[in-house]
Amino acid sequence: MSLIDPALAERVLERALARGGDFADLYAEDRNGFGLSLDDGKVEQAQLGQERGASVRLVTGDATYFGHVDGLGEEDLLRVAESVSGAMAAAASGVQALGAVSATVVHPVAERPEEVAAQRKADILRACDERARAAGDAVRQVSASYAESRRVVEVFNSEGLAAGDDRTRVRLGVQVVAGRDERVETGHETLGGHAGFELLSGDPAATAESAARKALTNLDAVDAPTGRMPVVVGNGFGGVLLHEAVGHGLESDAVQKRASVYAGRLGDQLAAPFLNAFDDGRREGAWGSDGIDDEGMPTQPTQILEDGRLVSYLYDRLRAGKDGVASTGNGRRESFRHLPQVRMTNTFFAPGDSSPEDLIASIEQGFYAVSFGGGQVEPATGDFVFGVSEGYLIENGKVTAPVRGATLIGNGVEALAAIDGIAGDLSIATGYCGKGGQQVPAGVGQPHVRIRALTVGGTA
Amino acid sequence: MASAGADLEVVGQRAVAAAADAGVDQAEAWVEQSWGVEIRVYEGEVESLSEAGSRGIGLRVIQDGRPGYAYGTDLSDAGVTDLARRAAEAARVTSPDEHAGLPAECGSADVSGLSDPGFADWSTEQKVELAVAIEHAARAKDGVSQVEDTVYADSSETVAIANSQGFSASFDATSAWSYASAFAGEGADLMTGMGLGLGRGPGAIDAEAVGNEAADRAISLRGARQGESSHCPVVLDAFVAASFIGFIGSMLSADAVQRGRSLFAGKEGQDVAALQFGLVDDGLDPDGPSSSPFDGEGSPRRQTPLIEDGRIASFIFDARTARRADRETTGGASRRSYRTPPSVGTSNLVLGPGDLSFEELLGQAGDGLYVTDVAGLHSGVNPVSGTFSVGATGRLIRGGELAEPVREITIASDLVGMLKAVLAVGSDARWVPFGGSVRAAPVLIADMAVSGS
Repeated sequence: MSLIDPALAERVLERALARGGDFADLYAEDRNGFGLSLDDGKVEQAQLGQERGASVRLVTGDATYFGHVDGLGEEDLLRVAESVSGAMAAAASGVQALGAVSATVVHPVAERPEEVAAQRKADILRACDERARAAGDAVRQVSASYAESRRVVEVFNSEGLAAGDDRTRVRLGVQVVAGRDERVETGHETLGGHAGFELLSGDPAATAESAARKALTNLDAVDAPTGRMPVVVGNGFGGVLLHEAVGHGLESDAVQKRASVYAGRLGDQLAAPFLNAFDDGRREGAWGSDGIDDEGMPTQPTQILEDGRLVSYLYDRLRAGKDGVASTGNGRRESFRHLPQVRMTNTFFAPGDSSPEDLIASIEQGFYAVSFGGGQVEPATGDFVFGVSEGYLIENGKVTAPVRGATLIGNGVEALAAIDGIAGDLSIATGYCGKGGQQVPAGVGQPHVRIRALTVGGTA
Repeated sequence: MASAGADLEVVGQRAVAAAADAGVDQAEAWVEQSWGVEIRVYEGEVESLSEAGSRGIGLRVIQDGRPGYAYGTDLSDAGVTDLARRAAEAARVTSPDEHAGLPAECGSADVSGLSDPGFADWSTEQKVELAVAIEHAARAKDGVSQVEDTVYADSSETVAIANSQGFSASFDATSAWSYASAFAGEGADLMTGMGLGLGRGPGAIDAEAVGNEAADRAISLRGARQGESSHCPVVLDAFVAASFIGFIGSMLSADAVQRGRSLFAGKEGQDVAALQFGLVDDGLDPDGPSSSPFDGEGSPRRQTPLIEDGRIASFIFDARTARRADRETTGGASRRSYRTPPSVGTSNLVLGPGDLSFEELLGQAGDGLYVTDVAGLHSGVNPVSGTFSVGATGRLIRGGELAEPVREITIASDLVGMLKAVLAVGSDARWVPFGGSVRAAPVLIADMAVSGS
């Protein structure tokens, strides 16, 4: 699918720069989505969406002027370009000739989701419902959702860039409520990727079983302990701790405004020498991956921690220019109605030598946080809070009672320095990351990690 | 502007007619159009300025009790015809729901003041000046080390609805909001603070007040250290109270209740709060950001007491949940945007204000904790049991006065336990856009568990 003729893109950019400016780009997007939700065995909602539009950005010095429009009509595009140029009052700036859009397939899609009958998708949700209910008599409610999206994007800029991307994502989510007597607990699990329907070709209902197991486990949970103790954090979604407590602080917009505890720390030994971490938007099929970022830069793996040293921040085009470095392909937008921001893609610790069992066996009294319900961080201070959705006590080197209502609370810089063990079982989970009013899909991941001491805030 | 509404109603009526041609039993179109500006300033200069309009339509259909939904940005005749085909297609995959259906009675409540008549008089340059003035006010305060982000944004929107019952209506609304994020202190002493202002137009935003609030909040927390564990009286400031109230409001949704996903399920008429704690869902207050003549499915908005005399007076119902419970809708169908079908939600939650000043609340607390920020509310609360543990930042209260700042602590309780322990509500109420749209005041809680070092 081609959205915009390069000759038209050139005219739009020329119009945007008609009264001067350093740089302009045009971002066009066609987005289609389909979603289904099931509750209590019934498919309650089916939604089809189709949106199309474009935005024009003009950069002059440190200032950005931006406008967007629904639809891709020539007159509308030229009007929005005219409108952003209104901020300027100088001589026209040049636009390099634009060639045809080049789009390389980085994340192949084997089975196009939109070509799969809706009924098959509904059947997967019903299978999830059955599998979750089969997990135990205490399962009271099951809700499941399926979502697919396809975003075709094209980016043109005044420096001659013409790039495109075709992004397909599929995601399955299951939530289970289990109850016994007065006690009610929930469990949640997701499966998603930058991939086609083949993602669900194996045993998608296993996602429901996992959600049910979490809810059932929590029925036997004891109140959370309180205080400082050693903590082992689970793989996969456990990586949200890295994302929140470290990753956001490496986004160069925060760094350049001194709004990050990691500002001025490049080259510093922030963690043990066995720790390596990456942000990798190229990782094949991963949830946070794309072919290009939303400024047209090819995505790439960017090492952020090398042998425990901080080696790179994450950049979009604008901030990279300020620091005199190259963009790391982290300029992302929620849609054509949004300005690019510096955002993570898939952020994870690389695997180490240890095993989850060894990490746990080394702890006399501690806490095992398998997964989180969510979290929040203040990048300027590094202070974070995470709600533990599945957690256990560690006693004498063994995982014992499940725990409910635990919260991990601490400071990113301190927690990073306190990591004293890492296993080899890297996996990446699907998240949505919010920043400045924009939501983008972000992969979070890690192998099992041990932290020497962290504050557990309990309910006990 | 009235013509914009009429135009959108016509688009909606066309979509509804196209849906009838596609053979569905019922149809409802929701059409939005907005124009707005968002300005970020940094160190006295524009960092980014976005001026743009957007529009969209969502079409809900019901066929043999099966709901279907489609949305898009193409409002042309061909566009809405395609939309109707897609919505009808979506309805083929869903399960029949005996309670599905449009509201029996539609209409518009009389609500005025949703648009600021002076809105259009403000030039973009004046709005930039307003944002710069906010940042300047924050930077001018002694002790502020940085102002990271200062934003002014506004929107002028037209919303229209049309359905197959023959109802068709529209309204215009304007809104403006601003915030600033300031830092005080350096290194391990650094703390942040946010200032906030909102109203129907830029004229309602007091630049000095927003900037000062950001600065004062950061300065008052500068040098915070981890607090000690204890059980003590807690004063929640209006921002924090609003976050909790927003969460409580979501639990009062009849949908959450009927699905057994609310701690208030089966508790209508029962005591769940102290007498001092009253809560109303008010969709008509002209100052309420979420006020409108009709809700997300064309029922008139109204005022619904939710918690009165400590008891649950009503849940929030839309047409579907009302039908299922054999009662009337409370005009509680919410709409996040044209992309989503209506669902049960709050309009504006209004906490009944008390008569104690902030100083009197602190005095009554004696020795305790003043909480100015909570983190992790949505991951930290069990919606069914109501138990929670959330991260908190604030100041200690000693002898009825604010004392040293604390961070990296959690506060824990259960929601009903907390509501029953409300000793007093302050008199300084304000609109807060957290947890939806809430008019909140500081709240004194008799006792909460604080975990720290």
